[in-house]
Amino acid sequence: MSDILNISRRGFLKGMVTTGALVLSVRILPSGLLADPAAYAGTHADHSTLHPSVYFGIDTDGTVYIVAHRSEMGTGIRTSLPLVLADELDADWNRVKIEQAIGDARYGSQETDGSQSIREFYDAMREAGATARLMLIRAAAQQWNVPESACRAELHNIVHASPIRKLGYGELTLAAAKLPVPDKKELQFKPPSAWRYVGKGMVSYDLSHLVTGQAIYGMDAHVDNMVYASVEHPPVLGGKIKSYDDKAPLQVPGVRQTIPIDTFKPPHEYQALGGVAVIADNTWAAFQGRKKLNVAWDNGSHAVFNSDEFKKEMQATARKPGKAVRNEGDVDAGFAKGGKVLEADYYVPLLAHASMEPPVAVADFRDGKLTAWAPTQDPQATQDAVSKALGIAKENVICHVTLLGGAFGRKSMPDYIVEASLLSRKVGRPVKVVWTREDDIKFDYFHAVAAMYMKAAVDEKGIPTAWLQRSVFTPIPSTFDASATYGGDDEMGMGFTDIPFDIPNLRVENGPAPAHVRIGWLRSVANVYHGFAVQSFMDELAHNAGRDPLEYLLALLGRRRILDLKATKYSNYGADYQKFPIDTARLRKVVEVVAEKSGWGKRQLGKGRAQGIAVHRSFCTYVASVVEVEVTPQGEVHIPRVDTALDAGLVVNPEITRAQFQGANVFGASLALMGEITAKNGAIEQSNFNDYPVARISEAPGENNIYIVESNAPPAGVGEPGVPPFAPALCNAIFAATGKRIRELPISKTNLKT
Amino acid sequence: MIRLKVNGVDRSYNGDPQMPLLWYLRDVLGLTGTKYGCGMALCGSCTVHRDGKAIRSCVTPMSALAGSNITTIEHLSSSGLHPVQKAWMDHNVPQCGYCQSGQIMQAVALLNGTPHPTDQQIDEAMAGNICRCGTYNRIRAAIKAAAGERV
Repeated sequence: MSDILNISRRGFLKGMVTTGALVLSVRILPSGLLADPAAYAGTHADHSTLHPSVYFGIDTDGTVYIVAHRSEMGTGIRTSLPLVLADELDADWNRVKIEQAIGDARYGSQETDGSQSIREFYDAMREAGATARLMLIRAAAQQWNVPESACRAELHNIVHASPIRKLGYGELTLAAAKLPVPDKKELQFKPPSAWRYVGKGMVSYDLSHLVTGQAIYGMDAHVDNMVYASVEHPPVLGGKIKSYDDKAPLQVPGVRQTIPIDTFKPPHEYQALGGVAVIADNTWAAFQGRKKLNVAWDNGSHAVFNSDEFKKEMQATARKPGKAVRNEGDVDAGFAKGGKVLEADYYVPLLAHASMEPPVAVADFRDGKLTAWAPTQDPQATQDAVSKALGIAKENVICHVTLLGGAFGRKSMPDYIVEASLLSRKVGRPVKVVWTREDDIKFDYFHAVAAMYMKAAVDEKGIPTAWLQRSVFTPIPSTFDASATYGGDDEMGMGFTDIPFDIPNLRVENGPAPAHVRIGWLRSVANVYHGFAVQSFMDELAHNAGRDPLEYLLALLGRRRILDLKATKYSNYGADYQKFPIDTARLRKVVEVVAEKSGWGKRQLGKGRAQGIAVHRSFCTYVASVVEVEVTPQGEVHIPRVDTALDAGLVVNPEITRAQFQGANVFGASLALMGEITAKNGAIEQSNFNDYPVARISEAPGENNIYIVESNAPPAGVGEPGVPPFAPALCNAIFAATGKRIRELPISKTNLKT
Repeated sequence: MIRLKVNGVDRSYNGDPQMPLLWYLRDVLGLTGTKYGCGMALCGSCTVHRDGKAIRSCVTPMSALAGSNITTIEHLSSSGLHPVQKAWMDHNVPQCGYCQSGQIMQAVALLNGTPHPTDQQIDEAMAGNICRCGTYNRIRAAIKAAAGERV
């Protein structure tokens, strides 16, 4: 075996060599196998002595290399998923080294979104760990000539009780590697009582690098000989260059050239937007050159998009019959019976992701191959998109994944990596494309704009006897099919089709809306607007009935039952419904826990203060939040406290999970209080944090208390499901404090002055 | 020719005097711990110290820095972790971590001038630093811990 070296392949990331934060180092293979020193030669795990799985290997020195095949954007997945494997292996975490995978189908899905990494790979990680543990036990048993049953794994050793003796994992690798990989049926899993890490957790593997500036994000990727690019995109989606003048940019010191990029052919998918790239010796020169560009655009058909008019059209659509996606009982008959009917329209605008690290990528095209270093949530989708754009085979696209400086769904769409790839081929050198904040805000794959219409007939106790709800939003399918105007089953299934209230006559409908900007996934996706409408309307009905919202919410959840959605197309976040059903008992439980912990109705809150409650299941996780608000006489909204209770099934890493839900509450505060993207003549009007504000420390909840409900259910999502209940709980609190009902986000559009 | 000190090392610069310090640090010196976030002093990701005071490097041109002593996250402590960095680790502050260099530089500057800040003083000093992951509650707790207070 040859030594492990951090080879400085041409175009190696210098930061990675010096820091080791995310070392993409490779073991040198016999030189004859590596014609090109830039070629990717696999992971340490691949080249370890014992490697029964693509996800890890154990070397003779006892080092356990675990491959993080999902992307790290702040959720801790780079730590938590390897932790599951290490636990089942009974490895010493201090002897584990984590290495980041490139995009490669052999790892299974690497699409790091949908809060599904643990849910989808928990079993695979356990199996991988248990497999090696059994092989190590067998190797030791053979060496000692004792039955396997006399040996057990204990913290990086196989031990034998009598006589007392032990062998380290490293010492056993050579012998274990000669054994056949055991069948899955032979594996024995640790009982929960023996878990070392799962349920207890571990801090981020990268923590020390994150506080010392050594962590390497896409923005920090550097390869020798690279140039920098900044791209002037068409202001309107699908716009084309009529002409451009680059005399002034070329006068800027450091600017080398300009390159036009073709506008995509619809549907835009993950293609580059098009525009004019300014290539320079450093980022600043590229930005400066770009400011001096003079481009005349043909704006094309999407220049008709004006947010004010579009909003009216969407609200009108929401008042018309739509496509029914769920039917229970007979809604029309229910409404025909008469009685009191309540109606409400809700509206949530376009939103931008605004991750702190804007889109950025380094790409190096040479010899028919493209190597990229980028903060991406989906390196395999990157391979697909780049191979399509360059007309090369997917296996000739090597996508290295850096740390992501936030993503929230934006970096599931690799258009910026495609852009860098096209430019590298044109320039003949490695190119780093850096999006400015303005690019990020104006050319996002936006969170859909949505209008919801809610209608209920209620009995004398204020309980609904008939319920109609309709959702109209610019659908994500429009990114993949330019003619798509209706939502996907998965979008409708995010807090709408799956409304859990116990109502005999219920209809859920979807109406059409054409998208004039790129639409994509944003943290918790359609749950944002569906949760807002459903949980706000619940609160409206409670007040109409003169009932306490907590008591009323529990009444609507009704008796314990598993929702039967067989008659509808319900995707359940891609999870098996038998394994992850909608259980109203779990909804009730989180409501009861959060009510108790928040002191619902029991605390003296003072003038202008009140609490609001909301509950929502998303990504197979149940979450209830109580937000406490203070509205000043001047109409300022402060959030002194939020309490959130969650049931996410088995929680692998509790502290990181609490952090995710705290962050979700702040994310919820941003979109509830201040977030809004608008368009005029097809062009986005916002550009930076001055006109697209997000919550600052003084605007975020003062207390942010998270309660994890013990659960025997299998692990579900934790990155996204904290977001949906926040906005309705806040708006319900504002109603309780002021009597003013917020039906349109952001709250900043409503005058709350008293 | 602009002469300045960066992390204790004497440097001279004769490029575009309008280039902001941020890009000199990142693209010229390779000190990538300081981040680009907005380019308009709106988010604080680019915060460094100039003569001990927090500044936004994204809007500070090189022309304004003759004779300055610049400290970045990489040189916050010459021996191991700065107490603020240690508090950040103890409280598991970072999520994605991208803004945290700026948050830490801002917090150190706050504590240098105000060793025992109140909640309000923390809010005022840190309001210019955005964290999109929403780690604010932990930032506040870590600052208090670094200030030697029980939290």
